[in-house]
Amino acid sequence: MARTLFDKIWDPHVVADLGGGWSLLHIDRVLLHDLSGARALNEIKEAGYPLAHPELVFATPDHAVSSAPGRTSETFAGGARLVAGLRQRAAETGVRLFDLGEDGQGIVHVMGPELGVVLPGTTLVCGDSHTCTNGGMGAYAFGIGASELKHVLATQCLPQRKPKRLRIRYEGTLPQGVSPKDMILHAIGRFGAAAGTGHAVEYAGAAVRALSVEGRLTLCNLSIEMGARAGMVAADDTTFEWLAGRRFAPKGAAWDAALAHWRGLPTDAGASFDRDLLIDAADIAPQITWGTSPEHVLPVGGVIPDPSDAPDAARRAAWTAALDYMDLRPGAPIAGTKVDWVFIGSCTNSRIEDLRAAAGILRGRHVAPHVTAWVVPGSERVKRDAEAEGLDALFRASGFEWREPGCALCVAANGEAVPPGARCVSTSNRNFVGRQGPGARTHLASPAMAAAAAVTGAITDVRRMEAA
Amino acid sequence: MEKFEGVTGPAAPLLRANIDTDLIIRIERLVGTGRSGLGGFAFEQLRKLPDGSDNPDFVLNKPAYRDSPILLAGPNFGCGSSREGAVWALMGAGIRCVIAPSFGDIFFANCFQNGLLPIALPEEEVRRIAEETEGSQGAGRTTIDLKRQVVTTPEGRELPFAIDTRRRDALLQGLDDIALTMTRQGDIAAWQARDRAARAWAWDSVQ
Ligand code: SF4
Repeated sequence: MARTLFDKIWDPHVVADLGGGWSLLHIDRVLLHDLSGARALNEIKEAGYPLAHPELVFATPDHAVSSAPGRTSETFAGGARLVAGLRQRAAETGVRLFDLGEDGQGIVHVMGPELGVVLPGTTLVCGDSHTCTNGGMGAYAFGIGASELKHVLATQCLPQRKPKRLRIRYEGTLPQGVSPKDMILHAIGRFGAAAGTGHAVEYAGAAVRALSVEGRLTLCNLSIEMGARAGMVAADDTTFEWLAGRRFAPKGAAWDAALAHWRGLPTDAGASFDRDLLIDAADIAPQITWGTSPEHVLPVGGVIPDPSDAPDAARRAAWTAALDYMDLRPGAPIAGTKVDWVFIGSCTNSRIEDLRAAAGILRGRHVAPHVTAWVVPGSERVKRDAEAEGLDALFRASGFEWREPGCALCVAANGEAVPPGARCVSTSNRNFVGRQGPGARTHLASPAMAAAAAVTGAITDVRRMEAA
Repeated sequence: MEKFEGVTGPAAPLLRANIDTDLIIRIERLVGTGRSGLGGFAFEQLRKLPDGSDNPDFVLNKPAYRDSPILLAGPNFGCGSSREGAVWALMGAGIRCVIAPSFGDIFFANCFQNGLLPIALPEEEVRRIAEETEGSQGAGRTTIDLKRQVVTTPEGRELPFAIDTRRRDALLQGLDDIALTMTRQGDIAAWQARDRAARAWAWDSVQ
């Protein structure tokens, strides 16, 4: 029978049928970060459980560490205890930790693929909702809470109900100036922030096949903003080339055996999905959010919507509250809205290609005088690669701060925040109330759009700048 | 996990779509605070005005709803971050049941790990419960009976709700999931032995 990529990963990972639609699922890899990971390692120790397979667990500090140049784990005092705890418990249990300043440290979902920890056809969890990012490697990767994380650390398994299958096909070719971030924001705007709830999403179609691994990771990153715990792209030659030789990727004969396995994983022709959605890539314009949910998104040429046009009462209430929080007026064009901050970073858009895309706009230009602009590379490796290309010098010369790898302004859990009332164009994934700091106003966009906003000091259609 | 059989009280309406877990509990509170002590920070960005005083318009600040054990919410409640602190904060604030048209998947799973019951009812029904409660100035009580899988509204209407059997039983008995999986250790070892033979690359590459 024709099967999907998701079935081909899920089915062989079922250790036992628990009845009532529940399976005990084997988990091949676990990622830990300083917030959820340090807590989980402590709690499992208190509960008296040893780690089932410490060799399958990889940790790095990212959330609660400062991104200031020259930072140490003490720079943000509030997180120092968490990092110290993570170090101590990782050493006690044999979990590999990639510490500040080491190759391998970075935002957990940047570090996992980059080290070859995340492999096609494997299952992976992390106590973090953006674990779905890692599905860009062709893995089944999903975020879990603290209790489920403890469960996996203790047993290497998790009782789960099999999600339904949703496919989103992007056919055609992306227009100039449109990025993977725009592809996924467009889908969320069209189908809603809950469209993927209860589903594992496979992204497919010509426009997805054409993406680099970095682009696929960005696409999968926002699956959770569409409600889906997991998003994935079938691994192909693009993936294999990117993965070959990475530190924890199989080598030699093991690589050949893995490759033979991976080549059998893509969805069979004729396999059926519970839902199948189609997007013409040519229809996608650069996107920008206006509100406080990722579904509050517009093409950059659009106008801010009126709550009286909301499809239902609950959305009307949400739109009204969002416009109030964002200090925006219905009916006004979103382009031209003045911005105070620009943040390029986060597990969505902090990889080398993202930095190159932003740099492409910044070359020969300067950040507007009233704008504070930060670029935070996603990992130590990205930072070193970017510096080798001279991107750090370019960012600095254009007026950006070049900072140390971590979550930084995406989450404001590390002493860094956009000030109350300030408006920030951000390449991250959440424009929630207070996400970038209490009272901060966030507009999500691609790295090129963020660079354009930094230069012009306002929300701007990046395609105009490229034409200039 | 705390057992849950049922609860009775005024149901507080917060009928807004896409309430995310960042809004339920700010991340900074989870950097600094343990599991307990989060209740006072639940919904703080809605509960407090910028000057730090209580926002009188926020539902859980209204006298009738201060001690509500039940929250009525809009679709996709608990979307966003996987932080289980959102569940701990709600429980710390006295909430034992959330009724909404739909929930974020990770939040939904986290509820059952802690003894908070999320009930999915059609949007229209959630709205009617809110109207019945507000019509009685908050005096009307809603009752949740997990064994019978019924919500009784302030006007006495009985609304059946669906719940996964495994999850219902775990709530009723306060079961420990990890201990249950531990009883499968033989199955896990056998699966891993087979998998090490079939997919040696998945194991050896991280040695
Ligand atoms: S960058 Fe933001 S979304 Fe990504 S893991 Fe860090 S806090 Fe989460």
